[in-house]
Amino acid sequence: MNIIVLVKQVPDTAEVKINRETNTLIRDGVPSIINPFDMYAIEEALRLREKHGGKVTAVTMGPPQAAEALKQAVAMGVDDAVLLSDRAFAGADTWATSYALAAGIRKIGTFDLVIAGKQAIDGDTAQVGPETADMLDIPFVAYIRKIEQVEGKKMVAERLMDEGYDVVETTLPALITVVKEINEPRLPSLKGKMKAKNLTVTAWNAKDINADDARIGLKGSPTQVVRIFPPAPRGNREMLSGSIDEQVGTVAKNLKGQSLI
Amino acid sequence: MSISINPDKCTGCETCVTACPFAAIEMRDGKAYITEACTVCGACVDACEFQAIDRTEEAAKPAVDLSAYQGVWVFAEQHKGDIASVSLELLGEGRKLADKRKAKLSAVFIGSGIRDKAAELIAHGADIVYVADDPALKDFNDDSYAAVLTTLAKQHKPEIILAGATAIGRSFFPKVASTLYTGLTADCTMLDIDAATGHLHQTRPAFGGNIMATIVTPNHRPQMATVRHKVMKPAARNGSRTGDIIDVTFKQAGTVRTRVVKTVEELTETVNICEADIIVAGGRGLGSAKNFAMLEELAKVLGGAVAATRGAVDEGWIAYSHQVGQTGKTVCPKLYIAAGISGAIQHVAGMSSADVIVAINKDPDAPIFNVATYGIVGDVNEVIPAMIKKFREIRG
Repeated sequence: MNIIVLVKQVPDTAEVKINRETNTLIRDGVPSIINPFDMYAIEEALRLREKHGGKVTAVTMGPPQAAEALKQAVAMGVDDAVLLSDRAFAGADTWATSYALAAGIRKIGTFDLVIAGKQAIDGDTAQVGPETADMLDIPFVAYIRKIEQVEGKKMVAERLMDEGYDVVETTLPALITVVKEINEPRLPSLKGKMKAKNLTVTAWNAKDINADDARIGLKGSPTQVVRIFPPAPRGNREMLSGSIDEQVGTVAKNLKGQSLI
Repeated sequence: MSISINPDKCTGCETCVTACPFAAIEMRDGKAYITEACTVCGACVDACEFQAIDRTEEAAKPAVDLSAYQGVWVFAEQHKGDIASVSLELLGEGRKLADKRKAKLSAVFIGSGIRDKAAELIAHGADIVYVADDPALKDFNDDSYAAVLTTLAKQHKPEIILAGATAIGRSFFPKVASTLYTGLTADCTMLDIDAATGHLHQTRPAFGGNIMATIVTPNHRPQMATVRHKVMKPAARNGSRTGDIIDVTFKQAGTVRTRVVKTVEELTETVNICEADIIVAGGRGLGSAKNFAMLEELAKVLGGAVAATRGAVDEGWIAYSHQVGQTGKTVCPKLYIAAGISGAIQHVAGMSSADVIVAINKDPDAPIFNVATYGIVGDVNEVIPAMIKKFREIRG
């Protein structure tokens, strides 16, 4: 089974803070990590390979530093890694990112399954997976929490929905996105770390993947960011005092006053 | 568009480096340098005190004839024939946008055995309802839902198409946007329209809610967005409104690639946390599965739903579908009671837009109190039973 995993290097948003005086993000010392959802994608790909044989290739689009994320994936056990990097990719929105990823995947060759995390924690759009699937003209199934069966050109999996889950059958090749519930990602192995250390990541630019200049980067992006600003601060908070019953009483009175209870 | 640095004016002060939300500015030879991470958001232009940074707005040519696109559309989601509450919120917001543009509001309604509900969408503000009612559309399917909407959009050329940022909306809208080669903005919390140009200003949180970004799709149409549940005001019902119901036939193109084998509803409580007005949430501070179960009783008294932090889910006290936060769901209830939750930013990202937050924690310095409306310092195992008792009295 040939599997492609889509990976994104993101700033650890848990560490990003806003400077309220200047309304800017404080990113000093904020580490770059593999998008947490992509860790589940990598793990699931490795488990499928262990069960069905084959090869796992991790792909990312990003600046040269993003090769670090690919090396981490290799340390976990991924066989091969491809970095799509070109200044011309800069400023890509989800459409233009998906376009480049689809072109990169086509160059890699035949595959049975593409796995991505449900969304990236920096952008939270959850759009690159389904848009890439559309551009590759393969079926897409979101929010997979369990792969029940893979047989020949068919896969059965559980898709987490707002009110429960669906059991979905899809033909392969397909692109799926996975949620946290699916597995527990492994730690890198010593062997994997050695392999990652000596690995030269395959790097392709826009020309290598035959990308249309008009469809990549900022130029190929239908959306534009026009303004960035900090969220409105929450209103005043009230720290209550007194006995537990008194505090609960105060809360109850206030909530009732606002018709919340 | 592009950002350029004027090296003669740049003093190397590095103010722009810290101002950049995307870490896209580096210092090279003592001058600012824009790297490929730049999204041309313009934050550095405003931050520079020396006017050394320019944002050039090349008159990019529209990819399509923008004036050919008219009207506001909403995807009206339904579950087993019941119109989802987010659809009424979209109709409320869509009506406002359509009125500002003096345009029509249409709803696209997809499912099986749903036609008799189409009039409800008109009563809630739609002028036109396109109904695709077919047994093949009974279950949600990315391919067929996208096919219906894409075909209609190509035919009628709406200026704007909105969907709820639900599991369904966020799954199939990207496919439509990809096929139509247009912009899609996820999980918007604020929309506004430029009445003259029709540009939709779509505002959404990013970086785990640390910043807000306003996004436009200047040269492509339709402008597509998914909208966060419970943020917009639902449309009021007016039974005397009239409108057109237009039937759309669904044709399966090619072979069926995916199908739903079965659907299982598994929430232990009656309410989906994304839909709930009141949420009672617990974290590791509850200490045990038995204590966590108290939250269900409190939720029942209040008619709300139970949610949890990642920690509580990892302990196995409740299913992952109840997890709120960065790797779970984002919720926007009127009231959020956070019990035994420390307030890690990953959790706060999923609930900080609740109207009122009541936080209970024995540690007075717990970060959850920073986002709380009311803070109770105390042991959850005493506070929760006291709340159950008190709220039960009030609600009779």
